[in-house]
Amino acid sequence: MAYTEEELKKELEQQEYQYGFTTKIESETFPVGLNKDIVRKISEKKNEPKWMTDWRLSAFEAWEKMEEPEWSNVNYKKPKFQDISYYSAPKTKAKYDSLDEVDPELLKTFDKLGISIDEQKKLAGVAVDIVMDSVSVATTFKETLSKKGIIFCSISEAIQEHPDLVKKYLGTVIPKKDNFYSALNSAVFSDGSFCYIPKGVKCPMELSTYFRINQAGTGQFERTLVIADEGSYVSYLEGCTAPSRDENQLHAAVVELIALDDAEIKYSTVQNWYPGNKQGKGGVFNFVTKRGLCHENSKISWTQVETGSAVTWKYPSCILKGNNSVGEFYSIAVTNNYQQADTGTKMIHLGKNTKSTIISKGISAGKSQNSYRGLVRIGNNAENARNFSQCDSLLMGNNCGAHTFPYIEAKNKTAQIEHEATTSKIGEDQIFYCNQRGIDTEKAIALIVNGFSKEVLNKLPMEFAVEAQKLLEISLEGSVG
Amino acid sequence: MSLKEKMVSSFLAFELDTDINTSVHEIRSKSIKDFEKIGFPGKKNEYWKYTPINKVLNDKLTIFKKKRHLIEFDKVKDFFLSGIESYKIVFIDGAYDPLWSNTSHDGVDICILSSIIENKKYENLIKKHYNTIVDKNESFSLLNSSFSKEGAFIHIPKSMELDKPIEIIHINSGGESSLMLQPRNLIILEKNSKAQILESHYSLVGKNDKSPYTYPGFIDPLTNTLTEIHVKENANLDYYKIQNDLETTSLIDNTYINQKRDSEVSCHTFSFGGNIVRNNLNFFQNGQNINSIMKGITILGGNQHTDHHTLVHHANPNCESYQEYKGIYNGNSTGVFNGRVLVDKIAQKINAFQQNNNLLVGDKASVNTKPQLEIFADDVKCSHGCTIGQLDDSAMFYLKTRGISEHEAKGLLTYAFANNVLENVKMQALKNKIKKIIANKIGVNLGFEL
Repeated sequence: MAYTEEELKKELEQQEYQYGFTTKIESETFPVGLNKDIVRKISEKKNEPKWMTDWRLSAFEAWEKMEEPEWSNVNYKKPKFQDISYYSAPKTKAKYDSLDEVDPELLKTFDKLGISIDEQKKLAGVAVDIVMDSVSVATTFKETLSKKGIIFCSISEAIQEHPDLVKKYLGTVIPKKDNFYSALNSAVFSDGSFCYIPKGVKCPMELSTYFRINQAGTGQFERTLVIADEGSYVSYLEGCTAPSRDENQLHAAVVELIALDDAEIKYSTVQNWYPGNKQGKGGVFNFVTKRGLCHENSKISWTQVETGSAVTWKYPSCILKGNNSVGEFYSIAVTNNYQQADTGTKMIHLGKNTKSTIISKGISAGKSQNSYRGLVRIGNNAENARNFSQCDSLLMGNNCGAHTFPYIEAKNKTAQIEHEATTSKIGEDQIFYCNQRGIDTEKAIALIVNGFSKEVLNKLPMEFAVEAQKLLEISLEGSVG
Repeated sequence: MSLKEKMVSSFLAFELDTDINTSVHEIRSKSIKDFEKIGFPGKKNEYWKYTPINKVLNDKLTIFKKKRHLIEFDKVKDFFLSGIESYKIVFIDGAYDPLWSNTSHDGVDICILSSIIENKKYENLIKKHYNTIVDKNESFSLLNSSFSKEGAFIHIPKSMELDKPIEIIHINSGGESSLMLQPRNLIILEKNSKAQILESHYSLVGKNDKSPYTYPGFIDPLTNTLTEIHVKENANLDYYKIQNDLETTSLIDNTYINQKRDSEVSCHTFSFGGNIVRNNLNFFQNGQNINSIMKGITILGGNQHTDHHTLVHHANPNCESYQEYKGIYNGNSTGVFNGRVLVDKIAQKINAFQQNNNLLVGDKASVNTKPQLEIFADDVKCSHGCTIGQLDDSAMFYLKTRGISEHEAKGLLTYAFANNVLENVKMQALKNKIKKIIANKIGVNLGFEL
């Protein structure tokens, strides 16, 4: 029987979230609510020095005065910030020296997630830092890395052991008062990853963090800080999943990247938080602030595959401060059922001869809404700045929406900016062409969606590209072969 | 007293001098109440993000004119199209000027709005069309609906192809400081009709000019104009706007166009000057097979600022829209383009195209552009493109190797950049006029005919 778009649509709607299990790990959770004492308690729990506690408290004070932003093109019931628990840690957590000591339940979780730590260690050569319910539980390959002088650990560890670096860079790209969610994160972040690549070192393997929200009624607030010193290179991966729950969970992370002169950072995300069921109940609110700062001749490249979350609201950005710096943004955002995404990037050109590229692909199905919102700003002194942006949207079914809000501001006459966007559905003629050559409709749709996303998928590191492709399959099963 | 309060309290005085027993006056009373609720756009208003309109909203602005000012024809003759016959509706400081006008009631109504509003014969027509498609949440539209009395009224009957183009000319004598003008045009094209209309706004004297009227502290007039256009089944309208004002005067232009099945409207906006010029051009497509075309050329210098906001609401299937705006920015000028295409769920098979190209020439010139798509239907083809750049070096080099001076080469290339918008102008006399203005603006003599 011929496979029609109707059927594909049905299949898409019925697709279930396969990471929706919970793990029975005892965890220690703070009572719900947020006040100065909770902030102090988190800091205490982490055994933090006084400067860190003060830093958190000042962020909290700023947050209290702020109002929740409303300008995005998404609708959701605002989370009640006093009904969330701001700290949850697996109770059995201790310092692990080897994987054998890790709670077997936890290891099973990772197996289910498809990240066998062991396997990955041997085969892929990826160093992984796993953050479960906001606390880093395992970091692999630490020793190999430390021989090169690379620091890769949880941020709480970094605060203890490398306070100078943390003090120097934390909050420099995203000030704690930057926005409502970053202020909240600055006050209550419980853990996250820290990475420092010394001068001239090329990190020999991909570094990776896995985030998972496990505990009910908690928010996840992790903080990532990546510093690439002069002339260094690092490729960093981030993945996320969460159990299926009826209530909405909040994820408000902050990621700061700093590329010093001649350094290069490649940051890839595969975001697969629980998107809610097909009635749009439950799911994760993903309100993340991500920003990178480029010094001279440096390069920051963001790649993201967004398939999860009930509401995604994030704009990984680059501040191209140094001359000749380069910023890149490659994104695929897939929304289905009642998912909503308002995502894009900001490229702020300040230095001379700076370049940026934006490739954004949106695929919407079901009753979802998918928006691209981006800003390209060329400052007064950014001579010869160059930007190319392309954002394409693919619509499947007539209950979804695709929107584009590009802001382009040029204040220098030598700027060259190109922007183009298209919105369309899968062309009948394209499918017809494939059918004619003996490819059935399902395969044809798969081919077309794959081709549509190829530009971005190609930018992902090998190990991740496979996974991302798999995720696209899950999100739009029946359409990707 | 803030300008908002002043406007609201002016309404009582305004009523004394107005026929309040008309349906239009009910709209006025409601509009001023709504305006009182929203006031002027605030600093954080997204819709006004790039245009600092508060700069021209001076507390001293008033809607009341003190007296009539006479103008010599010599000063304004260049404002008219030359070489062709046309209908003319001329307003000086917001008041109708019969001397230079050429109106008609012969099978077609080309006249002034004030006479229609008070005429019982037109009551139904007014009720059916006046203020029916205007945005009730837009401050300046509300303000215009509250205070407007005068403007052009054009009613083209069924199946008539108008023999001559119509010119609507608003002239500001500059004889008075701080005048806020509220002209209002209502244009109705019945089934199968066809017309060409040219609307322009000019000022004779600004605060930088030497004139017997100007004095230190002279505040340039602000024009807040609103045009409502109803285009019925299978009708065809070419609408042209020339905005070539002094560097100190400001203009806010709200245009609402409602199109029925099989109709085609093209609207060309030529913006060559003004302190702050804001265009809100709104198209509503109420039927199938509609085509809406928006084109514009903007050439600015000095500290001028022009803002083009367009909206096309595709509410029905099988329609098209096409937008092409070109901007050339010299000196410290700033340009804004915000194009918005909205496609409803039922509006399948839509073809929407949006393009905005900008040349940044001046050292301090800047451009802010936001081509925006909001799409709820799946079987559509929507695209937008936007570029900001400079003249092509290799093209410049090519021309120079052929013995063309740099200045002239620049002019030729700039002209070529704007030309494909100009190409679509169907009125030869207008084409010549605009060509002359452009040549003047870019400072070269174009030795060829179009």
